[in-house]
Amino acid sequence: MLVSEEHTLIYDGTFDGFLTGVFDVYELKLQTVIFQRPESVQESLFGNTLEITTDLNKADRVWKGIKSKTSARGSSRLYAAFLSGQWQVEALLLDYIQLAFESALLIDSDFSNETVLKISQIAKSVGREKHRMEAFVRFRLTNDGIYFATIEPDFDVLPLISKHFKNRYADQKWIIYDMKRGYGLYYDLDKVEVMQLSLPEGFDATKTKSDYFIASELEFQTLWQDYFESTNIASRKNMKLNVQHVPKRYWKYLSEKLR
Amino acid sequence: MSFERTQEKLKILADAAKYDVSCASSGSKRSNASKGLGDATGMGICHSYTEDGRCVSLLKILLTNYCIFDCAYCVTRKSNDIKRAAFQVQEVVDLTINFYRRNYIEGLFLSSGIFKSADYTMERLVAVAKKLRLEENFNGYIHLKSIPGASDELMKEAGLYADRLSVNIEIPTREGLKLLAPEKNREDFIKPMVKVKNEIIQYQSEKKIIKSTPKFAPAGQSTQMIIGASGESDQQIMWTSNYFYKKFNLKRVYYSGYIPISYDSRLPQIGTDVPMLRENRLYQTDWLMRFYGFEVHEILNNDHQNLDLDVDPKLGWALRNMEHFPVDVNKADQLMLARIPGLGMKSVYKIIQARQFRKLNWDHLKRMGVALNRAKYFLVCDSRDFERRDLTGPQLKSIILQNTTSKYQKILSPQLNLFE
Repeated sequence: MLVSEEHTLIYDGTFDGFLTGVFDVYELKLQTVIFQRPESVQESLFGNTLEITTDLNKADRVWKGIKSKTSARGSSRLYAAFLSGQWQVEALLLDYIQLAFESALLIDSDFSNETVLKISQIAKSVGREKHRMEAFVRFRLTNDGIYFATIEPDFDVLPLISKHFKNRYADQKWIIYDMKRGYGLYYDLDKVEVMQLSLPEGFDATKTKSDYFIASELEFQTLWQDYFESTNIASRKNMKLNVQHVPKRYWKYLSEKLR
Repeated sequence: MSFERTQEKLKILADAAKYDVSCASSGSKRSNASKGLGDATGMGICHSYTEDGRCVSLLKILLTNYCIFDCAYCVTRKSNDIKRAAFQVQEVVDLTINFYRRNYIEGLFLSSGIFKSADYTMERLVAVAKKLRLEENFNGYIHLKSIPGASDELMKEAGLYADRLSVNIEIPTREGLKLLAPEKNREDFIKPMVKVKNEIIQYQSEKKIIKSTPKFAPAGQSTQMIIGASGESDQQIMWTSNYFYKKFNLKRVYYSGYIPISYDSRLPQIGTDVPMLRENRLYQTDWLMRFYGFEVHEILNNDHQNLDLDVDPKLGWALRNMEHFPVDVNKADQLMLARIPGLGMKSVYKIIQARQFRKLNWDHLKRMGVALNRAKYFLVCDSRDFERRDLTGPQLKSIILQNTTSKYQKILSPQLNLFE
């Protein structure tokens, strides 16, 4: 038997880039591939390296193909799993896509298949993080009249929460900024746009200074903290349950947890 | 809004409202169609959790804690010597809007002590909701308390602005209520509940004909019972609960372990533990009734009036009804799968979907997340390996208890504390 050649595909880290890569895998009939993002490229001793140029047409064709071979739930699981950015998640996704293309049945509910189960588990943790961010975002009103929030989610969930916040806060300008990934969403009362901020030198996102935020902002934080304390029932204290629901890594931007 | 005065009131009136356990913020379907503030279409969101592990999703406050009633189990009872305060309608509106805009909350849960009369109080609760909806274009979640004895007209108006209405029956038995709240009677609680139920039915049927029919309490009604204040049995609690679910189409019944707040000799004394484990078992039973297809009399009946504390109610039922087991997971229908101890409804759905592709074995079940430490005694799958001993319920119970640890270990065997 011939040893199949291994190819390393370097793509730009976007979902469209990944889908373009999948297109090339089919077009060039590549057997064994490893996807790498530019920031994590490691020279492979064997095999060839291919640079993928993101092509929206190719990406679109693959995505349409995926949608015709998966349920709505299945395709949104694939996208969510991609956003996990987990090490080598691309290989798992490719495996899933190839399975879906080959199978006559929709494979999305085949939970006894290891790839399907794994993708659904990863998508579930991303979904949990999305839901947490919908809960844990804390806006503060800036002097410019924009409600501003900073987050540091485990996964890149901004694309998933955009619609939720747009529907909910349709009549106020807001920014949700991912400090970890250095980009954010800005809603200008009309549409949501991806944006990058050059934050002032020494800017501490956990502090509410009057240089940036309106005078009454601290008062509302205080009222919220007071409310949070008053609504607690001391004789039912259960910190284990508390931390289970709000893991400590999220406390940094939750004003009620900082007192 | 004067900050100091609002702060003082907020502390008092949030503290007084915290014994109402409802925190639901889902099921409303109120969308933000006119580019206003707020949207209550999705699932509920818990924005934070207090140290007691309970979720914070709504701004839960009383409009006032002045009250003309003297119910023994209640902190705001007339005879209790506590600080009293009252919000103005506009203050509640401002707090709600400002908290909501900062993504602290899903909406407002407004209750109140009863001052002057039922109608006078209800009128003010409705005024807050009306202002939020009409003046602030607010589409977040609003839960209003139905004040016992409030008029039908007010209840009807309340339903037009609120997503959920609730009235707490508090004491599960008529006798208990007579003892602890002699000024109240059950009919007063039930009257607004009936009105709201009928209006919901009417609005829903009109909606089928005229699409633009406004929403009426789209998230339905709920109620709450205090557990362990009046010596009632679990059977009495759950049969009452079942009655309210069926008779008034309630969305939820909440169970609240009594927290001693008084030296009244009719009640458990201050320092008595909150019956948290019992409360947990009651919620489990409630879930079995609503989602797992159990009838209340299967779990609680004259021969079995209280729930086991050491095992969950589904396991308890299975141990008393061993003739139904083992169940074949590759063949059984959904209702029977749901009765296997250790299988939640999510696992049940996964099994039903996955077994269309191939027969499932232990390994599949384990990876899907089934709690096999309990389930393995009650099922067979695509494997020759299964429990072959003909065990009786009590034998099996002791095997399972030996091999599992409960988070309630301390409550179940207090003697362990001696060695800590």
